[in-house]
Order: sequence, then structure tokens, then C-alpha cells
Amino acid sequence: MSYLELLRLAAPEAIVVVTALAVLTIALTTARALVLGPIVAALGVAVAIVAVVMLPSHANLFGGMLVISPLNSLFKIICLALALATVPLVSSEKALPNPGEYIAVLLLGSVGLMLLVGSEELLMIFIGLELLGLSLYVLAAFDKADVHSAEAGLKYFLFGSTASAFTLFGISLIYGLSGSTALAAIGQKLTTLPLQPLLAVGIVMTLIGFAFKIAAAPFHLWAPDAYQGAPIPSAAFIASGSKVASFVVLGKIVLIGFGPVHGSADWHAMIAGWSPILAALAAFSILLGNFVALAQTNVRRLLAYSAVAHGGYTLLGVVAGGREGFSATLFYTTTYAVTLIGAFAVVGAVRRETGGDDLQNFSGLAARSPFLAACMAIFFLSLAGLPPLAGFFGKFYLFSAAFRAGGNHGLLWLVAIALFGSFVSLYYYLIVLKVIFVGEPSASTAQRGQSNASAVRTLDLNASTAREFPSRATIALLAAVVLVLGIMPQTLAAKIIASLP
Amino acid sequence: MIAWTIYITFAGAIVLLVLPRVFARWIAVVTATAGFAVSLATFLCDDVDLAHFTTIVRVPWIPALGMNYHLALDGISLTLVLVTGIVAISAVLFSWDVTDRANEFFFWLLLVVGGSYGVFLSADLFLLFLFYELVIVPKYFLIAIFGSTNKEYGAMKLTLYSFFGGALVFLGIIAAYVSGGSLDLNQLAQFQFTPQLQSWAFPVLFLGFAVLAGIWPLHTWAPTGHVAAPTAGSMLLAGIVMKLGAYAALRVAMNLFPQGFQMWRTWIAVLAVIGIVYAAAVALRQRDLKFVIGYSSVSHMGFVLLGLATANVFGVSGAVLQMFSHGVIGALLFAVAGRMIYRRTHMRELDALAGMNLRDALPFAAFTFVIAAAASMGIPGFSGFAAEITILIGAWKSYPLAVWITGAGMVLVAAFTLRALKRTFFDVDGESAAPSSASAARTDARQMPAPPAQIASSAERSIHLEPITIPEKLGAGLLMFATLAVGLYPKFLLDRIQPAVEAMRFLK
Repeated sequence: MSYLELLRLAAPEAIVVVTALAVLTIALTTARALVLGPIVAALGVAVAIVAVVMLPSHANLFGGMLVISPLNSLFKIICLALALATVPLVSSEKALPNPGEYIAVLLLGSVGLMLLVGSEELLMIFIGLELLGLSLYVLAAFDKADVHSAEAGLKYFLFGSTASAFTLFGISLIYGLSGSTALAAIGQKLTTLPLQPLLAVGIVMTLIGFAFKIAAAPFHLWAPDAYQGAPIPSAAFIASGSKVASFVVLGKIVLIGFGPVHGSADWHAMIAGWSPILAALAAFSILLGNFVALAQTNVRRLLAYSAVAHGGYTLLGVVAGGREGFSATLFYTTTYAVTLIGAFAVVGAVRRETGGDDLQNFSGLAARSPFLAACMAIFFLSLAGLPPLAGFFGKFYLFSAAFRAGGNHGLLWLVAIALFGSFVSLYYYLIVLKVIFVGEPSASTAQRGQSNASAVRTLDLNASTAREFPSRATIALLAAVVLVLGIMPQTLAAKIIASLP
Repeated sequence: MIAWTIYITFAGAIVLLVLPRVFARWIAVVTATAGFAVSLATFLCDDVDLAHFTTIVRVPWIPALGMNYHLALDGISLTLVLVTGIVAISAVLFSWDVTDRANEFFFWLLLVVGGSYGVFLSADLFLLFLFYELVIVPKYFLIAIFGSTNKEYGAMKLTLYSFFGGALVFLGIIAAYVSGGSLDLNQLAQFQFTPQLQSWAFPVLFLGFAVLAGIWPLHTWAPTGHVAAPTAGSMLLAGIVMKLGAYAALRVAMNLFPQGFQMWRTWIAVLAVIGIVYAAAVALRQRDLKFVIGYSSVSHMGFVLLGLATANVFGVSGAVLQMFSHGVIGALLFAVAGRMIYRRTHMRELDALAGMNLRDALPFAAFTFVIAAAASMGIPGFSGFAAEITILIGAWKSYPLAVWITGAGMVLVAAFTLRALKRTFFDVDGESAAPSSASAARTDARQMPAPPAQIASSAERSIHLEPITIPEKLGAGLLMFATLAVGLYPKFLLDRIQPAVEAMRFLK
């Protein structure tokens, strides 16, 4: 193993790190970081995607610390693409101080994503989690002028670091029992071990950290405040990239590492293991997320609670296990991430226009901007799981995989809860769309919009539209992706299925 | 060829969004007519085997999960495609006066129509479900944006009921898919599902679909939704959307799970009979013309469900014929109530209408309503009679008691229809003209501009209302022709429906 070889295999990560440093330098040397930074970052990420494509199809370094496999490469690309979709949102946010630093931290977070996705060894996974987590705490708290942003960052940090401690403790117990931190070796060792209390504690503690990352109830408490208070691109990144990577890793840990202690979540036939734990988390998240979302009047909080519920749906595939269940989970979480970045981008555009993201700020959006309204309809209806959008196929795939798993349709109870939850969820998605399409622009927002508009008209019309352009283009692109993945889901599903061993 | 109904309709919807709004209604009417022309051409040139669910298009779609873009046709689906075309054209004609956000209006309208064509032609379970769910959201916007009385509530209620049904259907479809290992309806229809699975999957699936068909006690979305919807919306709801549920219940639930159907069919018959009688009784007590018609829809759809529950050729064929018949008649009734009367008078209260002497003011409306009422009551010569008598013959073989009760229900149907007819057009003595202004104020004071003074005044006998326009006459003429043609010569449709029904598994 030469260093050259290592560098070649870790090239994508290296490129992203170099890009982050380059963006930092630009921010320090020129005053035009807001324009140059995103461009350089986008270029760097694009090059990193190419580098991932050029990787060999299989490699394994240091006992699983860096694993290159079709699955890992695919999800490195997806994570980078999600970061790429987040970058244009930054350039539209004029309120952010120090955009160069912001983008650099965002890129470092992306490196965390890649490490998470690309590793099958617990210590490396933990390092990835921490790198990602630390970047996200900073991103959440980045808007120093906004007290909500600080609150979001602090809450996210406190919950996150506690969860990390749990995970680390769990990992150490697992290591003590199995004598290894590589997932494959743990999996082999666990086949010979009975499910003793210490192992159970280790598994539960490890899972808590991930439950926190995917905002599964009851570890979701940070989510509403982080989603609501953090700057829009941070919230989008937390909701998308971080979630996708966490599900990939969670799936790998439980299916490869803890495979032998699967247990069973079948109704009337529960067997201790990790699957009943995840099933309980899923059921609780679906019910709590959907019902609490009903009461929200802030669109970002609503998205946060719906994210809790969607985390629950996505867990169904992991509980179901197997190739089909895992691929359903991966498909669902990817389409969900795409949808959510889009939804947050629309929220950001509305927020810049009306100064808020409460439900009444969206009133009459269809009359003000048919484009944003149509895209929001696409994103929200996909979240609700209506055809012909990605969420519809995602749910079908996920629920049928869960239904198939277990003996004699033992997961029927979980599928029924999920279907019930998705029925409830339609109400709050429709409420938002009703406000957008049926509501009249309220007096204050209209006035504000008008004064904004007139101010803009007199000051810098061109600059404002030019600033809005990247985020509008991203929204259009993401809406198109959601539509295409709904009509031709096999473009992504076939890739995911083929990449699974 | 008939697959083009789907493509034309969706293409028309997309074109609508792109072109300026002055063209909107023309694009819509051309699209709807083209769709109908395609289905009529297929109907007349018999080159497809209508006795079996014959594949017309089959393209791999999501091979990894066994989903195909698979369309097929038999006599049942062809009948429903036809009624969809007829109702679509007349719905567009009756919306000729929509000018506010017209593009959007016709866009949602065509999505409902296109999705319905898709459901009736799908031979792949996933594709069918996709089209079925595709219809939900356009309905919501059609009502919530363009509706009238209590529109947001009505739209939300309707949508949640549909989606609730959709969730049940989802479960049933997954069960069929996972156990049968396929999504192809023809293959699944050959598969032997275990009795244990059928015993729970059938009611889940059937009930899920039947929500949309207005099964008692899950029917309450129908009157509320119909009343809240704009005229074209109610026409589509009564004419097409309620048929989606009944059709899918027949095509999917009954055909895939015959044993489950045998276990549960008595309960379906019970619910159907309750629905017929109960809705008719409720309609008798309604004060709002659209509510009367809304409950009459539930009552007539009860006949469809009763026909399905009989599980014999007569009953099921009659049910399909009744889907056609009620599609036409329901659309006609709502067209009169919504477009001809309500748009002009801004009133739907029977008491208020009674004082307005509409027979003289709108003679064409009166004529149309008489025809529609006669068809709705089941007077021989109209399609309603042909369909209901076939259902009752079928029911006599399976559930004689149900026929007796239904017979009593039909008296109630006649009673409320005649009451509505008399109160709306022929109440010359004006005994109840007094509360008109008060009740009108109660319903629509906030939404509608106050009616002209002379309308409110009950003394004025002959009021001037905008005369019936040409598009309205065309639309009404088309629907009246359809109900008469099928009523006078039902064999025309039945010859195509019956072989298709005989091929279904639950009869064997």
C-alpha cells in the first residue's frame, strides 16, 4: 500500500477538502466571495463527482476504514450532488455574513458525508459523524445576527453531542464484546455470541446516535428548532445530505454488523434484537411526526415534523431488511432529500420576498409567483406520496418491501401505521397548498412585497434577479428530478438495486 | 387506438398551461371531443375482443419490480371510457363561462378526465393505482379554487375521504402484489390467493374503492363535495369519479379475490340497500337543490353496489350499465342545478327557487330538468330504467328481500325527484316564496353578489335571466341523447358488457 495508491482512492475527499480551502482563501483575499465562492465550490464538487466515477469498483483499505464499492460510490455521488444543489441556495442568501467561510464549512460537512458513506468500520464512521456534526452545528448557528439561528445551533449541538456520546459508548461496548471495529468482523463474531445484556445495551446505545441523526422520535426534539431557526441552506443540508448518509450507514451497521441479532418485529412474534427497536422508533416517529405537524403554522416547523414522520417511513425498509428493504430505504431517502432541498429553496425564496416563513407568508403565492407555487406543489405532493411524483413510487416500494418481510406478513401492523400516517399527512400538506393556491395575499405581506418591490425597482433590479437566479434554477431542476423519478423511477432504483451486493 | 384517449387528454392539459388563456376553453373542448371521438371510434369499429380484458399496450416500465405500462380493454372499460368522454365534453361546455384562471381550471379538469381514462384502461395494478390517486389532487384544486358554498371544507373533506380510501386500497394492492408475485391484472386473476388472505384483503380493497363510489356510511363526502364544487366539478364527480371507485372495486377487488367476495358480498348488499334507502330519505328532506342531487347520486350508486353484490351476470352487467347511466344523468342534473339555475339566480334553496317562476324564465332548463328527473326516477325509455331493472332482476336471484326494500327506496327516489322538480320549476302558487330572501342570505351572503332586487321580490312573476347559451344547449343535448339512446336500446351496451362480465372469475 503506497501513499500514492491511498491518495488515488481518497481523491474525491481530497478534492473536496482542497476546494474548501480554496474557497476560504478566496473569501480572505477578495470581496466578491458571494459570487466566486459558490462557483468555485460547485466546480470542485463537480470534479469530485468525476473523481468518484473514476474510482475502481472495489477496494478495501485498513480493514474497512475506506471501502470502495458500487454502493458507496453511488451514495458518494448522491451526497455530493445534494451538496451541489445546496450551494446555489447560499448565493441567493444575501443575509449571510462571511459566505466564503459558510461554503467552506458546508464542503467540510460534505467530506463528513463521504467518510460516513464510504466506511465500514465503526471508528471511522464515528469520525465521519463527528466531522459532519461539527460542520452542521456551525452551519445551523451561522447567522450571528439572528437569535433563532443561535438557538438552532445550540440545541442541535447539545442534543447532537449527547447522542454522539451514547454512540461512542455503544461502539466501545460492541468492540469489547467482538474484539473488532470492522463491521464485517463484528457480524462474524456476533453469530457465535448469544444476545447478552451487554450486547443489547451496546446495540441500543449505538442506534440512539443514528436515531438522533435521522430525527426519529423520541430523539427528534432538536429538529423543529434547527429547521426553523437555521439559515435556509443549512436547514436544507441538515435535512437532506445528513439524512441520506445516516440512513446508508445505519443500514450498513445493522444489516452487516448486527445482522445476526436481527430479532424480529413481527406482530405476536417479536424477538429481541435491533429490528423491534427500529420498528418501535418508526411507529412512534410516524404517529408523533404526523400528528404534531397538523398543529404547525410555520412551514419550516411543519417540514421538521414531517421529516420526523418521513424518517419513520424510511426506517420501515431497514426493519424489513434484506436487499429489497434496504434498496427501498435508499431510494426513499434519496428522493426525500431531493424533495426537501427543493421545498427549503422555495421557503427561502418566499422568506426573502415576504420576510417570513409562516403559513400566512405563503398566502396567494400562486398569484405572485406561479413558478414557485407550482414547484412547491410538486415537492409537497411528492412528500404526501401522490403520483406521478417520486414520493408515490418511493412509498409503494418501501411499503411493499416491508409487507413482504417477516413470516406471514408480520410487519403488516407497521405498514398499516405508516399508511395511516401518510393519510394524516395529506391534510397538512394540502393546507399549505390551499394557502398558496386559494388564499389571497394578505394585506401586510402584499404591502411589504410591494414596498420591497419598489425599493428593489429603484435600487438594483438586475442585481436582485441575478441573485435569485441560482436558487430559481435549482428549484426548477429539483422539481424536474422529482417528476422524472416519479415517472421513471427505474433510473435510480435500478442503479441502487444493482449496487447492492 | 383507445390508449390515445389518455395521451390526448394529458397533452391537452399541458398545452393549456403553455398557451394564453383566451384559447383555454377551446383547447379543452377540442381535447375532450378528441378523446370521446377516439373512444367512439373504438366502440363502433369492433376490432378488439371485448369479451376478455385484451391487452392493447404493454411496455416494460419498472422491470426491477415487475411493473409494466400495460393497458387493456374489454366491454366494461369501454363503456366507462365512453361515459367519461361524454361527461368530459359536456363538463367543458357547461364551463364555457369560466374566465377567472381559466387555464388552471381546464388544466385540473383535464387531469381528472385523463386520470379516469387511465384507471378504466389500466391492466397493471400499480398503473391503475397511480391513475386512481392522480385524480385526487386535481379534484381538490378544482373545488377549493373554483367552488362555491363552503368550498374549502367540501374540497378537504372529499380529498381526505378519497385519500383514506386510497390508503386502504394501497394496503390491499400491496397484499395482492406481494402474495401473487405480479402486478398484471390478468395474471393475478388466475392466481389462487389463500382464503385467509382473501378474507381480509378483499374487504380492505373493496371498501377502499367503495369510498369513492359513495358506499354508506362513507358517503358523506359526496353531497358536501358536490355542493361545494363548481358545476363542471360536480359533473365530473358524479359522472366519472364515483365510477372510478365502483369500476375498480369490480375490476380489482372482486376479480382478484373471488372467495373473499363470496364471504363478504351479503354485507355489501346490506350496505348498498341501506345507502339506497337512506340517501333517498335524506334527499327528501333537503332544502338545497344541489344537496338533493348529491344525495340522489349516493342513492343511485347504491344500485351499482347492489348490482355488484349479486354476483350474477344480470346484476353485475346492470351495475356497469348503471355506472354509465348515472354518469350521464348525474352530470345532467348537476348541469341544470349548477350552471343553468345557480349561475343565473345565485340561489339553490328550493324555497327561494319556488318563488321565481323559473319555468317561464328558463324554459330550456325546465325541459332539461324534466328529462333528467324522469331518467333519474327510472321511467322506462331512459337509461336509468334499463340499468335498474337489470340490477333488480339480478338481485331477485340472490337477495329477494333486498329487492323489496329497494322497491320502497325507489318510491322515495321518485318522491324527492318530483319534489325537487316541482319546487324548482312548477311551484306556481308561490306559497313559500316569502322566506326566499332570508334563506338566500343565509347560504350565500358572503360568497355571491346579492341577487338583483327584482329576484328577491316575490311579487315579480316573470324575471329576466340571461337566456340559456348555445354551449349549454349542446352539452345538455349530448347528455339527453346519451340517456335516451341507451334507454331505448340498452342492448347496444349490454351486448358488450355481458360477455366481459361472464369472463370474470367470481361468477365461476
